[in-house]
Amino acid sequence: MVGSILPLSLHQVEVRKRGKRLLGPVSVAFPSDGFTMVMGPNGAGKSTLLKTIHGLERTAAGQIEWNAPQQVVRARQAFVFQSPVIMRRTTRENVAYPMIVRGMQKRAASELAQSWLERVGLADAAERRARVLSGGERQKMALARALITDPELLFLDEPCANLDGSATREIEHLLQTAHTSGIRVIMATHDIGQARRLATDVVFLHKGQVQEHTPAPEFFENPQSGPAKAYLNGDIVE
Amino acid sequence: MSLSWVFSNAGSLNVEALTPKTVTMNDILQGLISAFHLIVTLDPDLIEISLRSLYVTTSAVAIAAVIGLPFGCWLAVRRFRFRRLTIAVLNALMGLPPVVVGLIVYLLLSRSGPFGVFGLLFTPTAMIIAQVVILTPLIASIAHQAIRDLWAEYHDLLISLNTTRGQRIRTLLWDGRRALLTAALAGFGRGIGEVGAIMIVGGNIDHVTRVLTTAIALETGKGEFALALGLGFVLILLAIAVNLVIHSLSKTEVSGRW
Repeated sequence: MVGSILPLSLHQVEVRKRGKRLLGPVSVAFPSDGFTMVMGPNGAGKSTLLKTIHGLERTAAGQIEWNAPQQVVRARQAFVFQSPVIMRRTTRENVAYPMIVRGMQKRAASELAQSWLERVGLADAAERRARVLSGGERQKMALARALITDPELLFLDEPCANLDGSATREIEHLLQTAHTSGIRVIMATHDIGQARRLATDVVFLHKGQVQEHTPAPEFFENPQSGPAKAYLNGDIVE
Repeated sequence: MSLSWVFSNAGSLNVEALTPKTVTMNDILQGLISAFHLIVTLDPDLIEISLRSLYVTTSAVAIAAVIGLPFGCWLAVRRFRFRRLTIAVLNALMGLPPVVVGLIVYLLLSRSGPFGVFGLLFTPTAMIIAQVVILTPLIASIAHQAIRDLWAEYHDLLISLNTTRGQRIRTLLWDGRRALLTAALAGFGRGIGEVGAIMIVGGNIDHVTRVLTTAIALETGKGEFALALGLGFVLILLAIAVNLVIHSLSKTEVSGRW
């Protein structure tokens, strides 16, 4: 790919809020290819890590190094939130919105949005108000809205947290397709089974620190850090 | 009872008005009959002052909305040093006494005032100016509250999509249009019923600056309760009609939406 924004590396990155350190110092490198799962107990800093890399959180210290200028970096990534932001528009208008913001003509953006809705299986809901979509449909819509900009890097913050089995399976299938088509994915999850199914490598966070960053098979067979072992064993890690 | 006859005597001192008259049920009934009579006969004076009321207030609401809606939105989106203070002042200005606004606009527009050369005092334009001053803080404040909630909802997405400040404001104004319509209607409601400011800067001149509210004040002062009530009912009907028309045009308040 010409002018890739990856690889990406964090050097001693810290995030603080009201004097409390939420994350870091974190040093971790993400190569150009892969499906990284960010795992860890609640409050470990998974969301904060994702948002910090994406640029939604201000860093208190450290650097995030990209392989491209900041302007390009911002435009080539997308973020799917744990509870998707539903704009007060139709489903298709929701999906077309990122392209409208980028200056695409309304009609072209609408057609592109329609094709993405077909890909995620929401074509029937195109004309409907996005507010009436079910939880799973909302998340699929959010995924289409993220993928329509053709990002190089996709962040997902526990996209299946409130979904049932079949919706989760659909989302996972879409994510795998996206990854196979060359999109770099960094995703936070609680679900160990989901991590096993999707991950190529795992970043395990505990109390705002990276405990380990290991290839997936190794992580699940033989985790290096104490908290990760306990977490995979099903113990309650605090 | 012809309205024009009553108005032609407006200047002369009415002795009856000096001795308070007791209002009876009969007066209210008379008011209803009078209102009905004025409406069905399409009394030309009534039409004239109703249209002037509408003209003054809709113009003022339009101008106040053009200023107040984007300002309220900008205030919700932008973080700056005196933001809290600005919002506090804006909320305080919502309760601006119309009489004081009228006085200040009067002083500004009077012959010897800074804008005296334009000769605007005692014209409908002066009344519009005074109402813009009253309505803009109200509309901006209601818009700000509505947009602030919407912005909290959209914040992460719009930041994530790298939108410019202008794009954010346009998106919020469009997606919050229902709440903003409510803000404009609240402004209309305040404007159409306002009497203090437009009485001072307009002067309640027959065929020039007389509107429904100033006419009611005049008729009440003269003890013409029936006519005053009649005008009052017309005013209320007008306010309801405008609200209904706008709601049906914008297809809000229809079940199944949002």
